[in-house]
Amino acid sequence: MDEGKSEELKAAEKKEYQNLVNQVKPKPSVLANCLWAFVVGGLICVIAQMILNYLVSKGMSKSDAGSAVAVIMVFLGALLTGIGIYDKIGEKAGAGSIVPITGFSNVIVASALEFKREGYIFGVGARIFSIAGPTLLFGFTASVLIGLISYWFR
Amino acid sequence: MSYLMAFIIGGILCVIGQLAMDLTKPGITPGHILVGFITGGAILSAVGLYQPLVDISGAGATIPLSGFGHSLAQGAIAGVKEKGLLGAFSGGVAATAAGITAAIVFGYLAAVIFNPKD
Repeated sequence: MDEGKSEELKAAEKKEYQNLVNQVKPKPSVLANCLWAFVVGGLICVIAQMILNYLVSKGMSKSDAGSAVAVIMVFLGALLTGIGIYDKIGEKAGAGSIVPITGFSNVIVASALEFKREGYIFGVGARIFSIAGPTLLFGFTASVLIGLISYWFR
Repeated sequence: MSYLMAFIIGGILCVIGQLAMDLTKPGITPGHILVGFITGGAILSAVGLYQPLVDISGAGATIPLSGFGHSLAQGAIAGVKEKGLLGAFSGGVAATAAGITAAIVFGYLAAVIFNPKD
């Protein structure tokens, strides 16, 4: 009897505690997250489109301009991560800052920085690939498989 | 017009990533998102579904990492047409070499120059 009561009490306390936690904890709803991701991700693509249009207007071929835009966006992502701005954007933007190619350079720099104290060769040099590595591995593997399949059906 | 479509399609692709993260917490990390987008983009591209997206939205489809997968896939297919079997191995990376090399070199430079913020 006594034990049952204390268990009930515990459950009640737990519930009260959960309520309290839920009140204090900020609640970013899925909808708000998606809105942020949409706006920030969309804007990053618009910036890239502006650079692309500029390069094409200067006489660059479309495919060369595409590569150049990738290089420039990767540079901007690395720079903004280095000076600490990109991660501030990422707190709000979520996937809006991860999915674009700037997010790829962001994870490269962020994971490298984390292990800077382990040295420049096996600290930064190895950890730079801790997220980029799997990404490239799956990308390259998919590309080779697609190439082999297209060779088969050629 | 090209800016509006870049904004909308780029935004939608990011929302797909956000939904994948929010609705499957806490299993999915940014790393999973990147792997998923590059692989998904390559597969969609191989079956011909990604190029139309690039045609209507430009950077809106090429800047998300799925566009990187698209370049890898199209590079491999073009490589096979040009060089046969060897092209299946060289085509994808050749098409994306500038972006990948830039990411590694700029990433390393940024990590050497800057220090972690806490």
